[in-house]
Order: sequence, then C-alpha cells, then structure tokens
Amino acid sequence: MTTATVLEISGLTLDLGGRRILGGVDLAVRPGQVHGLAGESGSGKTMTGLAALGLLPPGARTGGRIELEGTDLLTLPPRQLAALRGRSVSMVFQDPSTSLHPMLSIGHQLTDHLRHHLKLDRKTAKERAAALLTQVRIPNPREALVRYPHQFSGGMRQRIAIAIALACEPKVLIADEPTTALDVTVQAGVLRLLRGLCDDLGLAVLLVTHDLGVMSAIADQVSVMRHGLVVETGPRGRVLTDPQHEYTRTLLDSLPGRSTV
Amino acid sequence: MTPHPTAPLLSVDDLVVQYHRPGAPPTRAVAGVSLQVRAGEVVGLVGESGCGKSTLARAVCGLTAPAEGRITYAGTPVRPLRVRRRAPALTGVQMVFQDPYGSLNPRRRVGAQLSDGIRTAAERGEAPDGTSPEDLLTRVGLPASAAERYPQEFSGGQRQRIAIARALAARPRLLVGDEPISALDASAQLQVATLMRSLAVESGAGLLFISHDLSVVRLIADRIAVMYLGRIVETGPTAEVWDEPRHPYTRALLAAVPRPDGAGVLPAELPGDVPDPADPPSGCRFHPRCPQVFDGCDREEPQLIAGGVACRLYTA
Repeated sequence: MTTATVLEISGLTLDLGGRRILGGVDLAVRPGQVHGLAGESGSGKTMTGLAALGLLPPGARTGGRIELEGTDLLTLPPRQLAALRGRSVSMVFQDPSTSLHPMLSIGHQLTDHLRHHLKLDRKTAKERAAALLTQVRIPNPREALVRYPHQFSGGMRQRIAIAIALACEPKVLIADEPTTALDVTVQAGVLRLLRGLCDDLGLAVLLVTHDLGVMSAIADQVSVMRHGLVVETGPRGRVLTDPQHEYTRTLLDSLPGRSTV
Repeated sequence: MTPHPTAPLLSVDDLVVQYHRPGAPPTRAVAGVSLQVRAGEVVGLVGESGCGKSTLARAVCGLTAPAEGRITYAGTPVRPLRVRRRAPALTGVQMVFQDPYGSLNPRRRVGAQLSDGIRTAAERGEAPDGTSPEDLLTRVGLPASAAERYPQEFSGGQRQRIAIARALAARPRLLVGDEPISALDASAQLQVATLMRSLAVESGAGLLFISHDLSVVRLIADRIAVMYLGRIVETGPTAEVWDEPRHPYTRALLAAVPRPDGAGVLPAELPGDVPDPADPPSGCRFHPRCPQVFDGCDREEPQLIAGGVACRLYTA
C-alpha cells in the first residue's frame, strides 16, 4: 500500500433486466500496478470493467461508487463522463479485428480523440500518433499511419488498439481479455508491452482475463470473481500459490497441467 | 517414426494446398506435409494462426482440394467434395468445426440433426446399434430432453457438445477437430477437449485435434505435430516434444506459454511476425525469426528427418 489508489470501486452493484449481475464489488487499482480480475465467463468481470467507463448496456441500474481520484463516475453527468472517457480512463477490447474501425486509417483513429480531448492541431496530433506507434513498437510508424487495420496482423492490431487507448495519457487502462484472441507468441509480446507501459508511465491497469497463466505473468494484485462477487483479493504470488478461497482453488485445479502434476 | 502394427487410418503424403488470388502467385497454405493418424490415436496439430493447420484439416475432410500430394483414408483416396454428397465410405471421417454458432443448423431441432448422422452411419453399411439421439446427448453430458430443442437455446460450450454428438452419430473412425475449443470459455475448454479424446478413444477412432492451445493439446494428444508456415517442423510423442523440444520454433512456442505459478515471470517473446505464406522466406521458413540461425539456413530447406524434426541443427 505504498501508493494511493487511482481507481477505487466500492460496493458496486448492477442490475440488468431484473437480474442482479454484480452484488457489491470492491476493487482498488494503484498507479504502476496491474490489477488482474479473474473468473469464469458470466462472473461479471467484463461488466465491472465496462461500468468504470460508463459503457453499460441501456437499462442497467447501478449502486455503490466508482471513484476516479475522488470523483464518483457513476453519478457524473453524461457530458463530464464523456470528457473523462478516453482521456483519463480508456479501454482495450478483446478482439482487435472488431474494435478498430475497418474503414478509417490508423492515423485517423489515433488522432481523432487526441484532437478532441487535448485540442491538438492536425500536425501535432500526427507527430504524437507516430510517437505512440513507436512506443508500442510498430515498425515504420509514419507509413503505418496511412494504412488500414486489415493491413496489419492480429498482434499488430492489438498494439495499435493499445496505442489508441494510451494516446491521451490516461491514468487508468482497462484491458478486457487483451490477449485472448492472439497466439501465444504474440501474446507474450503484448504482455511485455503492457507490463513495460505500466512500469514506465505509472499507468494503472485493470486486466480482465480468464487466463490464470496471463495473470501470473503480469498482474501485481489478483481478484477472483464469481457470480458477481469478489471472492478473493490479494498479491499475485499468494492468490495463485496459496489460495484462501475454495473457488480459487477449484479454478487453479481445473487448469490444464495442474491436475496432472 | 516408430513402426506400428496397424496401418495408418489416415495417411497424408506430401500434401500441397494452394489458394489462388487474382493477379498474384498462388499462396501455398500447406506446402508439403506428411502426417499419419492411426486408429485409437490422438494426434495434436499445433501452430500459430495462419500456419495452414485449418487448411490441412479441411483437405483431410475433402472440403478443400489439394494441388499436389495424396490423402488416403483407410486405403481409399479422399476426393474433394463437389456438388454431390461424399462417397459413403468417406463419411467415416467427421469434423467438428471451430464455431458452434455457425456449424449447427439454427432452424432444425437438435434431435433431427443428430438423426442425420445416425442415418449416415446406416447408409455406410454399419450394423445398427440402436443408438438414439438421446443416447448421444447423454454421452456428451447433455440431458436427453435437449433433442427437442433448438441450437439457440444452448450456450457455446453446450452447442459444441451437440456438434461433437452430431459428429459421433455418424460413428466416425476418424474424428477431425478444427480448433473445436477456441470459441469456448476457459472453464469449458478442457472439459470439451477431454470429452473428445475419451469418446474417440472409447470407440476406437483416430482423432486429429487442431489447436493453438499447447497446454490443452499436451493433455489430450498422444503425438504432437508442430506446424510453421505450411510445413511440419517437429513431430513426436507428446511427452518428448513437451519436455525436450528440439526445433527452435517448438522451443519458442513452449517458452511463450505463461505458467500460472504465481512467480510473475513474463513469457519469452518470439520476435517478428509470421511471414506472408504467399511469399515465404528462402531456405528454412523459420530462419528470419530463429534465435539459432546459422550460415546456410537461408539457402537450404531442411526436411523432416527420421527423428521427427526439420532443422539443420540436427542434420549437420
């Protein structure tokens, strides 16, 4: 607990169509740390991530608080929330082939929100875009700006999606299964990139993943969710080697390779 | 390869599959692959996306026409599927596709789709064993009442179980799974994979299991074949390949798998991207990314040697 939390979720509840999806979620994400959120699908991990961005489906009723440096995002008027979204909190989605716009050039997609949020002029925004692509290690960044998503491989696309998310220097990055659609070799590169960005820029990352291997590789803190509740939170090493909760133990035991060892 | 008393059920020899694009040279998605699957054996085919493993699976089922080479199933050559139905003898090869949302007919009841398979087996001349759609559903762990329902009423994992039941209904002697678990939840993946293995082995069928998930393949396959850019670079018994990978690509692939040990070790990165299969590198296809590349790798293409590895490190 050396650094203050930047994103604090407390008692978050979510009801959708008369069903309780989240039953009081508590999470604290600190700068320079990767906070992993694990659990089976349907456990509410993606919804927790979306709630922090105000991207919940229509008709969702929320309770509790999501505080970004003291501001409650849940009660913020839409206009002010829109000013934060993509600026202070941004998101990387699972599938880079659908999260990027297929008909806009990479340069366009990288500069749009830069110019909107930071009021940069066209030339400065372009410079910044090229710098961002260099940061995520895209070869020939200047040429890449005029190309389209389909001209890149899956791993490159996810790097571009990360560059877009990082463009306005957000404080919090929510990554929802960022490597699930990628091959292991490509996944390794993206994980290294995320860890590096976290260490260098002091970014706070909320990493939603079902893959405990990925979790073990880059997360500092791990929370395990089940049926809309956090059942266990703790430092990575402890949660993965000495789980306190029965459910975490079941999850670990069901892993390929674990059960046979 | 070790000699085996039984003749292979499926034999693929020097298979080449090409895709044609207008105004460009053909892309060799599979560039000379030989592979055998024996009855009761589970062969796992792994590799990165774009390496041609799905194309190979489709060619084995006759869905894609090969440009060169031969595919024989139980002694009969596999003919590519055209307008007419597959020859009855070839219906002993059944496939489970990647996406259970696309592979089941949304407008027919599950029971009716399973009955198609049972009828197929009868047309092939298999003696009727009285299997009903309900029995098949029970075997894959679904309630018998599922037969009366439509695919949309089921989750992804359940649909994939239905797809497996449908493939089994035709009493296959060779089951081909083309990434059958990648569209499923992590919690359902291992269950479905082990289910496929046990059902195939129980019925004495061979299983060709294609996946990019090495940790799952390791658990269910007897033998692993590693594919890179249209060629098999290493093959061998699962335990051997896993414990002592020889080809630098296999090593890189295994090193990239993150291990859930809580140690916080970042997996090793393999630099570079998979090259365009339309324009493969000269010599060894892996040499531009290979950490152990040495003089001559860019000129000489290594062949799969008897030990089951295609790398010049082991021929020199």
